[in-house]
Amino acid sequence: MSAILYMVAYLALGVFFVAVVARIIMWIKMPMHVRWELYPVAHEAGKAHYGGSYYEESEWWNQPRQVSLLGELKVMLPEILFLVALKEHNFKLWLRSFPFHFGLYLVVASTALMFATGLINAISLDILHGALGNLIHNVILVSAAAGLVISWLGALGLLQRRLSLHELKDFASPADIFNLVFFVIAFGVALVTFVLVDNDFSIVSGFIANLLTFKPAALPGTGLASILPSISVVLMSLLVAYIPLTHMSHFIGKYFSYHSIRWNDEPNLQGGPQEETIGKMLQLPITWAAPHIKADGIKTWAEVATDITVKENKK
Amino acid sequence: MKQIKSIKEFSQGDQALAHIEPYDQTPLPAPFDKIDQEPAMEPLSPQSKEKYECSLDDTIAVSIPKPESKEEEERLVNQFISGLRKLFSKENNWTFLKPLVMSMEHCAKCQTCSDSCPIYEESGRNALYRPTLRSEILRRMYYKYIKRGSKFVHGDIDLNWKTVSRLIELAYRCNLCRRCAQTCPIGADNALLAREIRKIASQEMGIAPKEIHQNGSVLQIKVGSSTGMNSLVVKDNIEFIDEDTTDKTGIPVETPWDKEGADILLIHNAGEIMAWPENPGAFALLFNQAGLSWTMSSELAAYDGINYGVWYDDVQFARVALLHAQAAKKLGVKKIVIGECGHAHKALTVIADKVLTGDLNIPRESAITVLLDIVKSGKIKFDKSRNDFPVTLHDPCNMVRLMGIVAPQREIIRAVVPEGRFREMTPHGVNNYCCGGGSGFAIMSGHNFSHWRHHVSGRRKFRQILNAFQDEPMDKEHPKYVCAPCSNCKGQIRDILQYYNAWEKAGISYGGLVELMVNAMVDAKPGYIDWEWH
Repeated sequence: MSAILYMVAYLALGVFFVAVVARIIMWIKMPMHVRWELYPVAHEAGKAHYGGSYYEESEWWNQPRQVSLLGELKVMLPEILFLVALKEHNFKLWLRSFPFHFGLYLVVASTALMFATGLINAISLDILHGALGNLIHNVILVSAAAGLVISWLGALGLLQRRLSLHELKDFASPADIFNLVFFVIAFGVALVTFVLVDNDFSIVSGFIANLLTFKPAALPGTGLASILPSISVVLMSLLVAYIPLTHMSHFIGKYFSYHSIRWNDEPNLQGGPQEETIGKMLQLPITWAAPHIKADGIKTWAEVATDITVKENKK
Repeated sequence: MKQIKSIKEFSQGDQALAHIEPYDQTPLPAPFDKIDQEPAMEPLSPQSKEKYECSLDDTIAVSIPKPESKEEEERLVNQFISGLRKLFSKENNWTFLKPLVMSMEHCAKCQTCSDSCPIYEESGRNALYRPTLRSEILRRMYYKYIKRGSKFVHGDIDLNWKTVSRLIELAYRCNLCRRCAQTCPIGADNALLAREIRKIASQEMGIAPKEIHQNGSVLQIKVGSSTGMNSLVVKDNIEFIDEDTTDKTGIPVETPWDKEGADILLIHNAGEIMAWPENPGAFALLFNQAGLSWTMSSELAAYDGINYGVWYDDVQFARVALLHAQAAKKLGVKKIVIGECGHAHKALTVIADKVLTGDLNIPRESAITVLLDIVKSGKIKFDKSRNDFPVTLHDPCNMVRLMGIVAPQREIIRAVVPEGRFREMTPHGVNNYCCGGGSGFAIMSGHNFSHWRHHVSGRRKFRQILNAFQDEPMDKEHPKYVCAPCSNCKGQIRDILQYYNAWEKAGISYGGLVELMVNAMVDAKPGYIDWEWH
């Protein structure tokens, strides 16, 4: 029985990492697209605060590009941690979405700490005794408990809002509802497990340590004390595997949405590195069927754009 | 209020899904705050109803002829699906594939964007105009009919001619201002999806509003300008404008044509030449007085900076951008400078950035920065007191939110308008509202569409203008100036001011940025701005 639990957890982690990597590769391998930025662009040094760009400079192509990584971080970090855009534009939703996401971060952080302590113990580093060990234990305890509580409340709030507002319900697919219900159940069971059985997270910490050392030891306890943590492990594992397979993978997409589209203002200068890629794109064949396109499936973008121009000129 | 109750209704019935009545809308500020005194929305004519698809919202933008048989309906639906498939192929849509997939996959359907959309807001929050609706219908079509995905995951939609024709029409109820994208917490872009629907219609089905396609980009490629002017006519018109500007200012003005080796190729929106001749006249005067080396080109399309493809068709877009670049290459200019036209700015500088390479990749610059250079150079003296009237500034979306040109126009205004006379709209800069004429609406007035444009898409801008001047006496004796440095925006603002009779009732007029500059030029005769003319 315990071996199955470990198998589920390994499988879930495997699916998660493969799916996340596949998503990242998918976005990276997407073809070059035309520029479609939206201002403010956070890395425009000295201009981002009002939405300005290098196009405000006379002969901008002769000016040095001022790109501020710090400017990006100043926008990205508050956005990731506190969902600033949602707070500004949809406060009622933010009241639910922020605790949900921030709770997730706390749960992820505490899990990462459990992995770290498990790893340190596994390699027999004697540094987690005494004050440091206590501190880490307390941090795990507080962040995991608080994370579970607020994330569960947030998920419940999001579900309530999704089901009670017509404009949200009408647009929701059954899967959208299922996703939130899944969170509510998985985090709810984890919370109950914490309150009734594992109120110092020692069982889950032990399970994670065993995962790291490949020792599929049975979970301690009997009856409810064993069943609840087992159910919790299965549900959390399934959730971990499920998230990157759905549109909830926006934690990956959002990075590319900002860096590759919204903030991508890198100009294509004459003789610069982008011209070669653009040339390749313009050599792709086009098959749009409207008569004015005059494509035949063989002609390229470059041919369709230039050939027709010449023909139209002669008329 | 008549509005769509659920997404399912989009595929059902023959009746319009929504209807806008002024009583459903929020009253405008004084002196236009009496809903019962607002101009009535003109109904569609029986002929229009009989001939064209009009089951969306009792107006028509696209003029899609009604199919004559079930077979034709089926053919058109299949065409749409074929186009939808191509939209997701690298070969046919490398131009927008990544932003498209991003918005298809990651919209959380949270409706945060709705409140940012001036059309949705000013329609009385009519559900049909939610930025998410057309996107969700497209998304469900894609996952059901192209990907063969699960209804459990992606939702369901019935596919029939009503769904397709309504969706195409609904793609023309969006100004493509991208305010929705700006507020999306994830970065989904519903305006982009509206544009992608327009692309399927145009590039696969040959369906587009005639104002932007047949009389727009096609005419520009064929004759040289969507105004219908060929090179002889445009040179004639500019000669007349030069003479008129000389008379008005007392300074001899001559526009150089086809001057090889000039530093600057100036490209106006040719609509300025036809409708607002004082704008190209002012440009010529300022550039000459500043001693710039510049020229206009009489090559095909090179005297008209418009590029309507940017709203609906990537191929038409590329063709026009190439014509602009080819003309610049032929003259051997150092840079192309784009006049007061927002979409021409974005088209040639931002979008064409990934189209033009090699010797066609000639630097492109906004006229606004060139004008600011002129101000800073001190070569022209300005007397602010000549512009002693209230001025507000409209931010064209394409130039500001989509290009980041925010500060220079304000710096110019501060140099030519007395302190305390300039006031910002709320909100402004990159958070501005569209004029209501964006994405082609300003030139689309078929059937009763102009009424919808004035009552719905342009209402937020008119509200902003009125609010900007609320501290002033609202009468004709106290003229007020809306500075709109974009030809399409000017057209829309002109139309809405006329529709509400805003000059007679409130003394509100409009014009460009260069007109304000010349009006303040010390060396020019006073009175360049002609208040009554518009």
